[in-house]
Amino acid sequence: MIKSFLFHIGRYTLLLRQVFKKPEKQSIYIRQIMVEIDNLGLDSVGIVAFISVFMGAVLCIQMAFNIDTPLIPAYTIGFVTRQSVVLEFSPTIISLILAGKVGSRVASELGTMRVTEQIDAIEIIGINPATYLIFPKIVASVLINPILIMMSMVVAVVGGWLAGVITGLVPGSEYVFGIKAFFESYDIVYALIKTVVFAFLIVSISAYHGFYTKGGALEVGESSTKGVVHSSIAIIFLNLILTNLLLA
Amino acid sequence: MIEAFNVSKSFEEHLVLDNVSCRFETGKCNLIIGQSGSGKTVLMKCLVGLFEIDKGKVEYDGRSFSKMSFDEMKSIRQEIGMMFQGGALFDSMTVEENVIFPLSMFTSQTLEEKRERANFCLSRVNLENINKLYPAELSGGMKKRVAIARAIAMNPRYLFCDEPNSGLDPLTANVIDNLISEITQEYNMTTIINTHDMNSVIEIGQKIAYIHKGKLWWEGDKDTILKSDNEELNRFVFATELTRKLK
Repeated sequence: MIKSFLFHIGRYTLLLRQVFKKPEKQSIYIRQIMVEIDNLGLDSVGIVAFISVFMGAVLCIQMAFNIDTPLIPAYTIGFVTRQSVVLEFSPTIISLILAGKVGSRVASELGTMRVTEQIDAIEIIGINPATYLIFPKIVASVLINPILIMMSMVVAVVGGWLAGVITGLVPGSEYVFGIKAFFESYDIVYALIKTVVFAFLIVSISAYHGFYTKGGALEVGESSTKGVVHSSIAIIFLNLILTNLLLA
Repeated sequence: MIEAFNVSKSFEEHLVLDNVSCRFETGKCNLIIGQSGSGKTVLMKCLVGLFEIDKGKVEYDGRSFSKMSFDEMKSIRQEIGMMFQGGALFDSMTVEENVIFPLSMFTSQTLEEKRERANFCLSRVNLENINKLYPAELSGGMKKRVAIARAIAMNPRYLFCDEPNSGLDPLTANVIDNLISEITQEYNMTTIINTHDMNSVIEIGQKIAYIHKGKLWWEGDKDTILKSDNEELNRFVFATELTRKLK
């Protein structure tokens, strides 16, 4: 098992070395990055917004029920909702959701290209397939995921406000005061650093599994599953390390 | 001319190619024939560098290909056109974009010039008015012809075709065979074709290499193949009633 783990780490590192080689024609790559921003980022706006608004609402309601004492001011609900959203929910949970959506897409796309010899065809033409296929995806994700996560933060906080006001659990003005209270801009920096690292992991790990697919349709499915599972594990693991490094 | 010298390739413990030496001549259709699983496709992939060979070397007109790094191989690969068994057309691109793709990567031609070249290549394989279709909308024969059009877009010196007429009806298969043969002579290319189709052998086999159990078993041409006394080759060539009658 250790031998297999080391084999995959080694091959993943070698693949990354190939990915970051000088591209053949930069104008083509810029266009590819734009296409991938659309495919991997803009396509995810709906699901990210949907999950964020409901998670923000649930967070707010749970806080309100748990802080059921006059000793703690009502604005705490807004404050805790904001902190939970900014520090953990948006960068980590949304990244895990993107690992499912984007990771499976990347792994199955590359896996299908591998088993139908499209990757071989790219190589025969004289193009480095790792750079051509994976580099634009990584760059696109690293650029668009922070924007998605920022959007998620805003939507989740608004979701919390809507839930608090509609249910009457927290007055709107108290909630708004809470989300502005004790604001540290470093929290946003911390969240964005995590997001960028997670975006890189999601695409590179899923691409690795897709790129080295062998076999047929069944193996493409397996690569897709492995891509999602392994990138999720990497996110959880790196989340702990980054939190320790950046906040401790 | 492409030459393979003592090429061996194994996958884990399984030896697939055993000391194969072969010469593929310029301006001719060079056929690699053999049963399924004999090592034909592995030999072709070793020749184009998709598989790293364990032993031996491959030379393209005297240039030692197998010892080159990936970046060095890139320059020779721009002289190679390859048609894969299933076509290997890019699903997300239209027919025209597929043919234009190598031109976009390696030339500074304008879009108009690239379109003109794509139209020429497509008309050369008898395909017209399908530029905007996607691979999923094409028949098997059309996909293979688009793959040939893409392979010749860069005016290659070397053309590789892996099972060009597998899964096609005899008429379409014949069209593809003749097309490859015409293009080979027209552009004086070194063409290597993997096949197990005896019709292709009789039709276009100017040079034939028979691979059996990973070894080069016999070499000759379409005139000598029917007269050979090689037992193993005869078992392959005269496997059907039709070829036995032809003999």
